[in-house]
Amino acid sequence: MKELESLLYGFLVVLTWKNLIFMFVGILLGVIIGVLPGLGAANGVAILLPLTFSLAQQPGGTTTAIILLSCIYWGALFGGAITSILFNIPGEPWSVATTFDGYPLAQLGRAGAALTAAFTSSFFGALVGVLVITFLSPVIAEFALEFGAPEFFSVYLLTFCAFIGMSKEPPFKTLASMMLGFALAAVGTDPVTGTLRLTFGTERLLTGFDFLVAVIGLFGIGEILLTIEEGLEFKGTTARIDMKIVLRTWKELPRYWLTSLRSAAVGCFMGIVPGGATPASFMSYGIARRFSRTGSKFGTGELEGVVAPETAAHAAGTSALLPMITLGVPGSPTAAVLLGGLLIWGLQPGPLLFVEQKDFVWGLIASMYLGNIAGLIVVLTCVPLFAAIMRVPFSVVAPIIDIICAIGAYTVNNALFDVWMMVVFGLAGYMLKKLSYPLAPMVLALVLGHSAEASFRQAMLVSQGDMAVFFANSLVGTLTTLAIVLLFWPLVSWLWAKARRASA
Amino acid sequence: MSDGEGGRSAFSVKTAEFVVAGVFFALGAIVMYDSVRLGARWAADGPQPGYFPFYVGLIICISSVINFIAGAMLKGERNGSFVDTGPLKQVLVVLVPTAVFAGLVGWLGIYVSGALFVAFFMRWLGKYAWWKVALISIGNSVVFFLIFEVWFLVPLPKGPLEALLHLD
Repeated sequence: MKELESLLYGFLVVLTWKNLIFMFVGILLGVIIGVLPGLGAANGVAILLPLTFSLAQQPGGTTTAIILLSCIYWGALFGGAITSILFNIPGEPWSVATTFDGYPLAQLGRAGAALTAAFTSSFFGALVGVLVITFLSPVIAEFALEFGAPEFFSVYLLTFCAFIGMSKEPPFKTLASMMLGFALAAVGTDPVTGTLRLTFGTERLLTGFDFLVAVIGLFGIGEILLTIEEGLEFKGTTARIDMKIVLRTWKELPRYWLTSLRSAAVGCFMGIVPGGATPASFMSYGIARRFSRTGSKFGTGELEGVVAPETAAHAAGTSALLPMITLGVPGSPTAAVLLGGLLIWGLQPGPLLFVEQKDFVWGLIASMYLGNIAGLIVVLTCVPLFAAIMRVPFSVVAPIIDIICAIGAYTVNNALFDVWMMVVFGLAGYMLKKLSYPLAPMVLALVLGHSAEASFRQAMLVSQGDMAVFFANSLVGTLTTLAIVLLFWPLVSWLWAKARRASA
Repeated sequence: MSDGEGGRSAFSVKTAEFVVAGVFFALGAIVMYDSVRLGARWAADGPQPGYFPFYVGLIICISSVINFIAGAMLKGERNGSFVDTGPLKQVLVVLVPTAVFAGLVGWLGIYVSGALFVAFFMRWLGKYAWWKVALISIGNSVVFFLIFEVWFLVPLPKGPLEALLHLD
């Protein structure tokens, strides 16, 4: 068991006072970010990323930095459930499905049980996700060491086609949003020849659009505008969690073992292919409702209806890091921001990380185990504190969140221009979200634009412009074919539905 | 989104679809224009700098045309109100001050404009007493100053007030 050995080594790396303190700080910040509307995991991590620049310079600092940022992510995954259950307001998109049964439970006076179930299943989902990462990622990384430019491009192609094939949004809106991300990534210096592109003589655009600024604007300011549109008042129930409720709920939870396992599997799958946590939570809620014996009672306050989406969301959120560390392809917007962080710290994400940066990779994986345990303890003990944050009026919280976003955008490059761009991206995010243009593909394209273009052009150089290079061997051929199938999937399912309607 | 108290529709979903598709088309066209200028063909030494962006721009234009047509075909219930006047006012009440705040940062620095921003929100939206407004808006900026300038040593934009107090 080479993996276990590596994992033990990872624990040795993580178990320093400094790393443990940063872990708790990250979890706490993450839960707060998850609770506050307008601050989500992706832009929370984006805002704090610039603060880690100096931290990452110290020896072993990159490990501490990734622990801090990934723990913010775990914290936000936990935190989203609190507002869903107590206030019927999902703090994060992936906890929308948690409101369906979580809020009715709270109204029945079982908020404590609902929260305990949510946190415990989140923890279980994350645990399954980390186990998958521990045992699968070294295998994938070793396999990917053989990859050349055509293989990498076909993986990117698969990622982006999966967005079109699997998203609920209209395919051409997904495509438009994704391509806008690529176009924004192309602004600035051409990575291969050094030519200036799309700058139109303005100096401000020389360095291009920073994805961090886009994330802060799209997800931060855009989210605040969406929240404010729905009104300023939050009305919620109160919750108390004591050991008695926790233990009683824990006794009840093993009954839902099959739902948990199924949801964890759905979550891991959706996290590794870039479906993300949000569709995973909906999908697993739907499946649980169909298969559960009490399925007809879903929506009126069933614990199982909380278990299913929370397990899946956390499993997906966690396993989204698997393709990021092994292939350099993030499975979710937050994983994309973390990947951007790796690039800024001077690490090249991809299979070589497992060879050259053992401390970093196994430290990160070990920290996922500890971080989620820490997260479970923090959320179970501090719910009243976090619920109190929601009671601060929005007219006070909104401007403060706006200022935090502005500070985050400014510190990326110390440029005021970025603060203005943040406002533009915020308005864009509000409009696009309301018209169901998905934002995740845009962010991923913005982060991966340079790498995708570089691998495409290298592959084209090698083959002298012959597209057949993407079908040259069985591996790259399979990936490309799969990508094309996913690309045309919406068309196929549309034709299928039409044919069935015609015959019926 | 419309729940009775929202007032009448400010503009329809269809209008919003048209505007967004139009903006996408314009951006795609700009990208294609600049790519052609740089050369979007296959040169002797491989693809030219505009090769990749050209197709990106092309796909943006094609998708936006399709989205425009899909928007034009919206009928009945699905072509509801994009936003009602009531909520639109709320959104503008946040968006406009945010834009003004972003503009002021360069001139007054982030701490002074941040305090003004919080004060504006608390007074106009929250109708708080002046002493609470002053306490929280100034307190917030002081806390941010301590966090960023003192503990994390991250310099943020400063203006005339900080210069006067010799804090920069």
